[in-house]
Amino acid sequence: MNDELMIGGHAFSSRFILGSGKFDLDLIRAAVEHAGAQIVTLALRRVNSFSGNILEHIPSGVTLLPNTSGARNAEEAVKIARLAREAGCGEFIKIEVIHDSKYLLPDNYETAKACEMLAKDGFIPMPYMYPDLYAARDMVNAGAAAIMPLAAPIGSNQGLSTKQFIRILIEEIDLPVIVDAGIGKPSQACEAMEMGAAAIMANTAIATAGNIVEMAKAFRHAIIAGRTAYLAGTGRVLDRASASSPLTGFIQD
Amino acid sequence: MEQIDHMQYLPDMEILEDSELGAQVVRAMQNYDPQRYTAVDVKRALAADYLTQDDFGALLSPAAEPFLEAMARRAAIETQKHFGNSVLLFTPLYISNYCENHCIYCGFNCKNRIRRAKLDEDGIRREMEAIAKTGMEEVLILTGESRKMSDVRYIGRACEIAHEYFKNVGIEVYPMNTDEYAYLHACGADYVTVFQETYDSDRYAELHLAGHKRIFPYRLNAQERAVRGGMRGVAFAALLGLSDFRKDAFAVGTHAYLIQRNYPHAEISFSCPRLRPIINNDKINPKDVHERQLLQVMCAYRIFMPFAGLTISTRERAGFRDHVIGMCATKISAGVSTGIGSHTEEASEGVGDSQFEISDSRSLDEVIAAIKSRGLQPVLNDYVYI
Repeated sequence: MNDELMIGGHAFSSRFILGSGKFDLDLIRAAVEHAGAQIVTLALRRVNSFSGNILEHIPSGVTLLPNTSGARNAEEAVKIARLAREAGCGEFIKIEVIHDSKYLLPDNYETAKACEMLAKDGFIPMPYMYPDLYAARDMVNAGAAAIMPLAAPIGSNQGLSTKQFIRILIEEIDLPVIVDAGIGKPSQACEAMEMGAAAIMANTAIATAGNIVEMAKAFRHAIIAGRTAYLAGTGRVLDRASASSPLTGFIQD
Repeated sequence: MEQIDHMQYLPDMEILEDSELGAQVVRAMQNYDPQRYTAVDVKRALAADYLTQDDFGALLSPAAEPFLEAMARRAAIETQKHFGNSVLLFTPLYISNYCENHCIYCGFNCKNRIRRAKLDEDGIRREMEAIAKTGMEEVLILTGESRKMSDVRYIGRACEIAHEYFKNVGIEVYPMNTDEYAYLHACGADYVTVFQETYDSDRYAELHLAGHKRIFPYRLNAQERAVRGGMRGVAFAALLGLSDFRKDAFAVGTHAYLIQRNYPHAEISFSCPRLRPIINNDKINPKDVHERQLLQVMCAYRIFMPFAGLTISTRERAGFRDHVIGMCATKISAGVSTGIGSHTEEASEGVGDSQFEISDSRSLDEVIAAIKSRGLQPVLNDYVYI
């Protein structure tokens, strides 16, 4: 069965996007390989280091997805995206516009603006956003290649706390909906995939695991399991047991 | 000598008429009574997912001392969640030690007969080049507090030169007005550190006898002016031991909390200096802040504001520093020398004397090795100037 993830005209067989921010550089390669990830995100502000260049640690053939972390508004996101392109990171750009140092929640309004500016500039924008239907539609209209709603605040390990809203995006948005941020365990990744998410992006959950390689593998399997279940069509689930003594059983004619 | 009123702004000092923030911090500290908390309050604070200011007060109280291990464990979880394995590195660079203030505990104070020096542009460049060669990518520029000997233009020029050699430039200089912070931001600086020393204005007046620094509220509002001037981040600290360290730490946390609340984009960080031996220090009697209390304060900051940066001072010994990274600290200095010109002058003490003695003189490579040996990841830069 040919089940490819299409983003901006590019096809991927893996549905796991690995974040690199919290990794020890020496472990990134192993994590990428065992996770089976074909896309790795990285912050330009980290690439932008004189030494210990993160790019040297990412296996060739992997698509880089630089992000604009550090941007507080649309204009700053555009500046960072251009720096990333100059640094040789390609056309994919994950838009992160954050104006809150406490919860690091994305600013949907500025993100939609950045999306439009970057799409016009030839980028393939993938906005990280708070799962709001209207904002997602704006981003689609602005030229987004995928929508990346958060499952929970970064670092919260709360799993799919925005589940119902992500479900609405999956139903209403025709682009890939990639669940990003807050996924703490493989079971949560699996749950999002069963629901129809196109892919999962994770970083902290793997980078801080006791055994990084084993956790990378666990995520890989969980994502495949969830995707397979989604494609198979999950069985009927009833909210409550069906009553054995119907309330209307007294009716005779 | 007659002393000026420490609560009265001097003519050139900008007053933030529209802000009550500084006054709120002082009021909160005055209402904070560390003695009123019990073990029950501490347990409740440790069990809370999100801490209130009152929970923070409980963690700083004497009642929390027996819970230090539990606090450390909670702090480590929060640090891991928000920062992963990353540990940031930086080095401070002192470019001038001229000072017009008379702070009785400080090695730079204007009455101390130390060797004064100020680096010229070439000197600054030489020092920065020497530091950059070690691989360091973040520098914190420091001066003694003299507007005459190190004016805003001079500091601005240092920031511009630093911008050529480093990815990330911070400043720890005298407090200034919003437009001056904006100027330094345009010169390449993005982070401002100001130590309030103590938030107890009476004690502050006893310790700061003369100079611009004597004006308590002007210093107190420095971070707010810096953020308004466009700086990305601000750092907060009290010099623990000058006054009741628990109340001061409570004020530091409250100050940071209110800045974040009012300027949600501002990046917040804490420093945790405590008194170290320097010239004339024996004349005052530092309140006891042992490592146990220092760690309590650091863990309380971390648990109260888990997203904030926390820098561990070179004043502390290597063994302490190595254990708190990854637990509560997220940033550590390396290759530190607090003299003027001491990174390039043949005599390692440089041409101007140090502000204080450091306890950890390890080079960048040595600190990187120590970080790695703890299973953590040294990060030289996580920032882009835009």
